[in-house]
Amino acid sequence: MAEPFLIGEAMTGGYGGADILHSCTIAVEKGQIAVIVGPNGAGKSTAMKAVFGMLKLRAGHVKLDGEDITALTPQARVAKGMGFVPQTHNIFTSMTVEENLEMGAFIRTDDFADTMAQVYDLFPILKQKRLQPAGELSGGQRQQVAVGRALMTKPKVLMLDEPTAGVSPIVMDELFDRIIEVARTGISILMVEQNARQALEIADKGYVLVQGANRFTDTGKALLADPEVRRSFLGG
Amino acid sequence: MDILNALVAFLNFVFVPALAYGSQLALGALGVTLIYGILRFSNFAHGDTMAFGTMVTILVTWWMQSVGITFGVLPTALLALPFGIAATAAFALGTDRVIYRFYRKQKAAPVILVMVSLGVMFVMNGIVRLIIGVEDQNFADGGRFLISAGDFKEMTGLAEGLAIKGTQAVTVVTAIVVMGLLFWFLQKTRTGKSMRAFSDNEDLALLSGINPDRVVQITWIIAAALATIAGVLYGLDKSFKPFTYFQLLLPIFAAAIVGGLGSPIGAIAGGFVIAFSEVMVTYAWKKVVTYLVPESMAPDGLVQLMTTDYKFAVSFAILILVLIFMPTGLFKGKSV
Amino acid sequence: MNRNLALFAGVALLFVLTGVFQSWNLALSILNLSLISAIMALGVNIQWGYAGLFNTGIMGFAALGGLAVVLVSTQPVVEGWQAGGTGILAGLFLGAASIAAAIFAYNRLPKGRVRTWGTLAIVVGGFFLFRAVFDPAVTAVEAFNPATAGNLGGLGLPATLAWPVGGLLAAGAAWAIGKIALGLRSDYLAIATLGIAEIVIAVMKNEDWLARGVKNIIDMPRPWPVPYEVQLQQSAGFVDWATRWGFDPATASSIVVKLCYVAMFGAVLLAVIWLSERALNSPWGRMMRAIRDNEVSAAAMGKNVTRRHLQVFILGSAVVGIAGAMYTSMNGMLAPGEYNPLRFTFLIWVMVIVGGSGNNWGAVLGGLLIGWLWLIVESVGPAVMGALVAGLSDGPLKTHLIDAAQHMRLLTMGVVLLLVLRFSPRGLIPEK
Repeated sequence: MAEPFLIGEAMTGGYGGADILHSCTIAVEKGQIAVIVGPNGAGKSTAMKAVFGMLKLRAGHVKLDGEDITALTPQARVAKGMGFVPQTHNIFTSMTVEENLEMGAFIRTDDFADTMAQVYDLFPILKQKRLQPAGELSGGQRQQVAVGRALMTKPKVLMLDEPTAGVSPIVMDELFDRIIEVARTGISILMVEQNARQALEIADKGYVLVQGANRFTDTGKALLADPEVRRSFLGG
Repeated sequence: MDILNALVAFLNFVFVPALAYGSQLALGALGVTLIYGILRFSNFAHGDTMAFGTMVTILVTWWMQSVGITFGVLPTALLALPFGIAATAAFALGTDRVIYRFYRKQKAAPVILVMVSLGVMFVMNGIVRLIIGVEDQNFADGGRFLISAGDFKEMTGLAEGLAIKGTQAVTVVTAIVVMGLLFWFLQKTRTGKSMRAFSDNEDLALLSGINPDRVVQITWIIAAALATIAGVLYGLDKSFKPFTYFQLLLPIFAAAIVGGLGSPIGAIAGGFVIAFSEVMVTYAWKKVVTYLVPESMAPDGLVQLMTTDYKFAVSFAILILVLIFMPTGLFKGKSV
Repeated sequence: MNRNLALFAGVALLFVLTGVFQSWNLALSILNLSLISAIMALGVNIQWGYAGLFNTGIMGFAALGGLAVVLVSTQPVVEGWQAGGTGILAGLFLGAASIAAAIFAYNRLPKGRVRTWGTLAIVVGGFFLFRAVFDPAVTAVEAFNPATAGNLGGLGLPATLAWPVGGLLAAGAAWAIGKIALGLRSDYLAIATLGIAEIVIAVMKNEDWLARGVKNIIDMPRPWPVPYEVQLQQSAGFVDWATRWGFDPATASSIVVKLCYVAMFGAVLLAVIWLSERALNSPWGRMMRAIRDNEVSAAAMGKNVTRRHLQVFILGSAVVGIAGAMYTSMNGMLAPGEYNPLRFTFLIWVMVIVGGSGNNWGAVLGGLLIGWLWLIVESVGPAVMGALVAGLSDGPLKTHLIDAAQHMRLLTMGVVLLLVLRFSPRGLIPEK
């Protein structure tokens, strides 16, 4: 099989002190959804941050579309076509929805009106509220702003750190629907999720991490069907 | 009872001076609040930045006057202002490059940056005193009055006069233009929006590809321009004295905090709140009250809440009230 | 340790050289002022070094110490008291009572319109009541013999007693300001203290009934046991002693007086250091440093951070107040006009940072070194500048340059502060 579109291969490293990741591998194919699940403290977010260049790797490398980007800063990776939605503080609360999207497109020098229109098509509620400060929106709407902001660079890969943290189950389902729609447009999705069962349902590929290392890797469906995964990580 | 004369006396002694003073404070507070929003520290050198910019402007004004350049009825200092701004901006950028940048890269605690700004304050203070001395300097020229008290009395036939000094008019008009430009810049331009984004959420701004060095540089330039304009307007309206400018730090910070540190609109509101309170609390209301009450009840005293020597106490008291009852200010500033 | 001794020896050498090449009188004057500054630096170091509190109101606390000297050691102006003493006291009491009542009402009343307006009414009513009682009394007091008195005077007690009282006054002000500004973000304390200092000075300049305002109070009694030069010169024993050792009696008398001050200030300095070293190494001191280094975890361990901060803020300010009282009683006069934040607040900060924040000996070293530098430039600077520009023809430029020499030291202090913060942020004697 050809190399995946984005891969963080055998990543080892941490935030200065002891290693958190131990030869951990995360990959996503073009237009697919990959989900990282696992217990608390398994290094899920850390693995994602490592792929995005937010911590220094002692070993392993990250490749995007065949190109080694291990040495690039997060900003440079954004320019290369990676979009990242942090778990918290992921919008400009004092700015309007539209300004948030404009700031997402900051590095673009071309006309981004069509991208903004696409984001508004994807999240119609944002179009309605485009002149409101983003900080006044509900939790689910804020997450839509956050995803929309990241989409403004027309990324090839979108990385989401627990996009459904703190939103209601109904909003969560809606967000997942939107994420599937984004993937359909050919954008690869890599996300960390606390709601493992729902996330694996939409995942093409699932990674179960334990203590910074890969424990199970399979398609979302297969993982959901695996009795051991179910017992240990999905609560039966 | 003579409401008209009372109103004119109020306008003449309270409203017009407070409006001019408030404009000057607002411009100063805008600079403080911008630095706070973007660089995340309270810049104690701001008063001395104002003094530095004003000094350069005065020097250029003197030179212009000596070679016979004037600005008609307007003060020559307005022509010299761009030179003052340029010099101050260059100085501010230099300080940032040589001093502040080091601590920014280190992610030093805000209090360390405040202390560093104290050092810068000392240096600027020394430079200003070294060059222009510690004495009062008057550099206002051009038309003295837009309306003089005598003309006003003749025009209206009232007993009270309303005088509007040319410098007061210049102050208010300049302040409105500058604030308008600033808000247009912050709300409508890409660079301005990127500054707001950076102030709102630094990490996300970096993720969005906003260049922090550029944002910081533009902030210093704008803050230097605002400081110089505020300083020159204050100097035109009153007079220039380095120590007075250092002392302006208190009302300016009070204005910025009252409005909410980091909030430009708050800085403007805060400037006027402080200025009007200061003038109203220290004004002797005898004249106004005498017009308003029947003759038999005319007050004997000055009807002054506090003497003008305590104007600092007024800004301070307001500052304390805001800190106690709404620590983020009127317009929800940030509390880092 | 040897390095520290060498640093102190170096500073001592500076003073000796000043004595040899200038005069011992000058050297001792500088030493006395430097000792006072060093005590202030110790006070600031308690706040900054132990707790990370940024106090920019040192000037105000020092001035309150000075005020204490007037209130304690000058003779009461009986006519002033008769004219309006009770009125002033009653007015002040009413003012304080209405503030207390307002706070009480605010705390006790249920949140809502009643509380807001009720508190406001108490404050406004209290203010007018205060003015109604206070103003006529002030006018009456100030009317008595304004050329030499016009104030209430003091208690006529020994001047040395004024030192602890100065500490108490400063502590009281620190309590009030700390109650409000501590617990807010760090910059707010800096701004609030900057403001309170300006207000203290404004009050001292304008409330003539208190300490004659800008008319100044001069010729205050010396603190026991410092003698007067004139007494010494009139005492036959002293003149004998001086001539036997080959001194000029006039010079000798002023040197003896200064040495007395050196001994007293040195004793206070050592006492403050001893106490603060004891405190620093006690469980209390360890807790303070724990709080400074990580407020969040200290708070999580159940330490009341704001309360500890208030404690340390009061203690440090009290030390500054004591030093302020010493300063005024050495000068024998209180001149509110001379209090300048650059000299009394920010120079002290330079001392603390240069010496080494968090280290008491560092603060002392910084106080002595920077104090020496600041004052020696004052006396030598114009001469040096005069020599430098001697070649220039007389004219406005030359006068300007010589006049400007005194401003060089502001510039120098700023540069020193910036250099130390940048290249040696822990100072000359770093924290252990």
